[in-house]
Amino acid sequence: MDLSLDIAIAMVAIVPFLAAAVAPFIHRVAGAATGWVLAIVPATIFVFLWGFVGPVSEGRFVSAGIDWVPSYGLTLSFFVDGLALMFALAISGIGTFILIYSGSYLKGHPHQGRFLAFITAFMGAMLGLVLSDNVLGLFLFWELTSVTSFLLIGFDHGREKARRAAIQAIVVTGAGGLALLLAALLLNRLFGVWDISAMIGSGLDLRGHGAYGLVLGLVLLAAFTKSAQFPFHFWLPNAMEAPTPVSAFLHSATMVQGGVYLLARTTPLLGGTDAWFVILVTFGGFTLIWGALAAIRQTDMKQMLAQTTLASLGLLVLLIGLGTEAAFLAMALYFIAHALYKAGLFLTVGIIDHGTGTKDITRLGGLRDPMTATFMAAILGGLGMIGLPPLVSYIAKEEMYLALASGDPLSLAILLVLVVGNGLLAAVGLAIMIRPFMGPLRETPHPPHEGDVASLSGPLVFGTIGVLGGIAAVWLGESLVAPAASSIANVAYESHIKLIVDPRSVLFWLSILTWAVAGLAYWRLDALRAGLQRLAAAPRWSFDQGFDAVMFGLVRGAAALTRLLHHGRLELYLVVFFIALAVALLAPLYLLDGLPALPPMPDLTFYEWGVMAVAVAGVVTVVVARRRLFAILALGIQGLAIALLFMLFGAPDLAFTQFMVEILSVVILTLVMTRLRLDHEDPRPLEDFARDGMIALLCGVGVTLLMLRVVSLPFEDRLSAFFATYSAEIAHGRNIVNVILVDFRGLDTLGEISVVMAAGIAILALIRSQKRPAPPEQPLVAPSGDASRSAP
Amino acid sequence: MEVAVVLLIGLFTTVAVYLLLSRSVIRMLLGLTLLGNAVNLLIFVGGRLTRAVPPLVPANVYVPEPPFANPLPQALILTAIVIGFSMFAFLLVLGYRAYQSLDADDTDRMRLAEPEGGPNPPLSY
Repeated sequence: MDLSLDIAIAMVAIVPFLAAAVAPFIHRVAGAATGWVLAIVPATIFVFLWGFVGPVSEGRFVSAGIDWVPSYGLTLSFFVDGLALMFALAISGIGTFILIYSGSYLKGHPHQGRFLAFITAFMGAMLGLVLSDNVLGLFLFWELTSVTSFLLIGFDHGREKARRAAIQAIVVTGAGGLALLLAALLLNRLFGVWDISAMIGSGLDLRGHGAYGLVLGLVLLAAFTKSAQFPFHFWLPNAMEAPTPVSAFLHSATMVQGGVYLLARTTPLLGGTDAWFVILVTFGGFTLIWGALAAIRQTDMKQMLAQTTLASLGLLVLLIGLGTEAAFLAMALYFIAHALYKAGLFLTVGIIDHGTGTKDITRLGGLRDPMTATFMAAILGGLGMIGLPPLVSYIAKEEMYLALASGDPLSLAILLVLVVGNGLLAAVGLAIMIRPFMGPLRETPHPPHEGDVASLSGPLVFGTIGVLGGIAAVWLGESLVAPAASSIANVAYESHIKLIVDPRSVLFWLSILTWAVAGLAYWRLDALRAGLQRLAAAPRWSFDQGFDAVMFGLVRGAAALTRLLHHGRLELYLVVFFIALAVALLAPLYLLDGLPALPPMPDLTFYEWGVMAVAVAGVVTVVVARRRLFAILALGIQGLAIALLFMLFGAPDLAFTQFMVEILSVVILTLVMTRLRLDHEDPRPLEDFARDGMIALLCGVGVTLLMLRVVSLPFEDRLSAFFATYSAEIAHGRNIVNVILVDFRGLDTLGEISVVMAAGIAILALIRSQKRPAPPEQPLVAPSGDASRSAP
Repeated sequence: MEVAVVLLIGLFTTVAVYLLLSRSVIRMLLGLTLLGNAVNLLIFVGGRLTRAVPPLVPANVYVPEPPFANPLPQALILTAIVIGFSMFAFLLVLGYRAYQSLDADDTDRMRLAEPEGGPNPPLSY
C-alpha cells in the first residue's frame, strides 16, 4: 500500500471538514459566490473517486488507512469497494450542486457562511461514513452526521419548530448511534478485529452464534432510526424545517441513506437469515405504504417529497431484506435513480417556493410560462419518480419486479405491495410535475420569477443524468451497479442490466399496472387526499406527539428527582453526609476484621488526667449550656485544655498558637453574639434529637475505633526521622517544626498564608458591604450587599 | 497514654457532629471548631505521643537524641490551626451578615438560593 494513496483516501473524508472550517472566511471574501468556490471540494472528490470506477468494476477494491491510536491497534481505515464507491460518488456529485444551489438560495442571509460550513462538514461526515472500514470510524462519522444534521435542521434556530425538529432528529438518530457503538464493540469482541472487511473475510459465521440476535437487534435499531423506518419515521418529515438544499441533500444521498448503507454493508455478516428477511421486508414494506399514503395526504410539496422519501427508504430496506441477486441489483439501481430524482425535485420545489412564495400545491398553477426551465427540471424529476423508460428509475423498477417474479404466494404479496407503493409514489410525481405548472396561472404571494443558473443547474443536471444513465444502462450496470450489488452480497455478480421495453415481458405489464395505479390515484387525488386527511385526524395520538410525551416526561422526571435529592434543607444534607461518614468509618473496620482489641487502662499522671477532665467538662458544657455565652466560654475552656495537652506532649509551638487562636475566637464570637438576638434553646424536637444523637454517637465511635486500631499498629517514622536528621545539617535550623514549615514544606506555608489572606479579604468585603443600605424596594430576604452593588 | 487522647477525640467528634446537625448557624459554627480540634488531636495522636521533649536539636549536635516528640504532625497541625481559625472567622462574619440580611439563624429559613419547590422546567424546545 503506498502512502500517498492512504493519505489521499483519508483526505476524501477530512478535506470537507477543513473546507468547513474556512468556509465562513471564504464567505467574507467571496460573498454569494462562495457556493461556487466551495463546490470545488466535492467536485474534486468526485473526480478523484471516479478514477476508482475502473479498478473496482474489475472486482478489485482499495483499502487504505492512517494510524489513529496505534497503542490500541486502531487504524482509521478506509475501504473503497463497489458499495462505498456508489454512495461516495452520489454524495460528492450531488453535494457539488447542493453547494452551488445553497450559494444562490441563501443569498443575503446573514449566516450564509455558517450554513455553508455546516453543510460542507456534513458532507465530509457522510463521505467518511460510507468509506470507513473500521467499525469505530464508522460510528464516529455516523455520529458526526447526526451532529451536523442537527445544526442544519436547526439552522433557523429562531423558530421553535426548527429547534424541535433538530432536537428530535438528534435524539432519535443519536439513540441509534449508541446502538451502533454497542454493535461495533460486540463485533470487535466476536471477531477480534475492527475492520469490517476483515470481519467479512474471517470466515466466522455469525449467523449461528448465540450473540447474533443481539448484534442484529442493535444494527437494526441503528439503521431504522437513521433511515426513518417505521416506528422511527416521525423525525424525517419534521426535518423539513431545514432550508431546502439541506432537505434535498439529506433525503437523496445522505443522512437517511446512512441506515440503508449500514444494512447493505452488514448483509454479508448478518443477512440471509429468516429473522433478517422477515424484519426487513415487513418494516420496509410497511414504511413504503405508510410513506406513500402520507405523501398523498400532504398539500405542502416539500412535505409530499419528504413522505415519499420514507416510502423509498422502506423500498430500499425491503430490497436488501429480499437478499437475491436481482434484489441487490435493483437496490443499487434504485438508490442511484432515487438520489437523482429526489435531489432534483427538492431543489425544484425550492425554486418554486423561492420564486412564488408558496409551496402549497393547491395554491399553484400555470407556472409553465413564467418558469419554463423550472418546469423542465420538474418534468425530469417527476418522470424519474414515475419511472418511465428510458430513465434509470424505469430499469430499477423492472429489476425489482424481476426479483419477485418467482410466482410463489409470498413473492406475489410483496410484489403487490411494491406495485401499489410505486404507483402511489408515481402519482405524487405526477402531481408535482403537473399541478403547479398546468392550468390557469394562479395568484401567488409574489409574482413568479425564474430561478438563476446556480439553482437550476442541479435539478437539470440530475434529470439529464437520470436519462443518460438509463440509455447507458449496460455501462452503468457493469461499472457501478453490479460492483455495488456484489459488495452487498459478497459474491461477484455479472451485470445483466440493459434497457429493454418488451411488451411480451410480464415485467413490462407490471410497470403498466404501476402507471395505472398512479393514473388512478392522480385522477382521484383530491378525493384521496381528503379521505386520508380525515383518517389521519381520527386517532388522538401520533408518534410525533409520543416523542413530546417522552421528552417532557424526561424533563418532569429529572425535575422531580432534582427536588428529591436537591431539596435545599441543609441539615438533611448533613444527615446524609454524616451517615455516610459513619458507614465509611465502621463498615471497613467490621468487614475487614480490623476492630481493635480492648485497650489497657491508660497510665496518665494526675495532671494529665486533670487536663483531660477540663477538656471533657468544656466540651460537654458547649453542648448542654442553656445560654450561648456559657457555650462560648466553654468553647474557650476546651481549647485551652487542648493547648495544655499540646504543651504536655512536647509541642510548645502548637500550644502557643492554640492559646492565641482560642482567646481570639472567644473574644470575636462574644462580640458578635452580643449583637445578635438569638433563641437561647436548641429547638430540636425529640425525634431529631434521637436521630442526630445516634448519628453523632456512631461517628464518634467510628473515629475512636479507627484511631485505637491505628495506635495499636507499629509506627512508621521514616519521614519524621528524615526531618529530624537533616533539619540542622541541611536547613540550618534547630527547631525542627519551624524548619519543616519555612523550609522543607515552605510552599505549603505560602499556601496557608494565602488562605488566611483570602479569608481576610473576604471578611473585609462582607463587613464593608453591610455599610451600604439596601434600596428600599428590595425585599428583606434579598442579599442586600451584592444586589445593590450590581444594580445599574 | 494514646488511648486516653483517642477517647477524647471520640467525645469531641460526637459533640461536634451533634452540633453540626443543628439548624442554628451559630451552633454549627461551634461544632465546626470542635471538629477542627478533634482532627488536630487525631493527627497528633497519629504521630504518637512523647512526654515533654519538644523536637529541638541541641546546640552542639546535628541530630537530636531520642526520645523527642514527632515534629511532622506538629508542623501539619500548626498549619491546620491557622487555617481553621481563618475559616472560623470567615464563617462567623458570613453567618452574621446572613442573619442581618435574612433575619434568620435557622438554615431552614435560608432558602434564597434553593426556594421551596423551585420553578418548573419549561416544557418546550
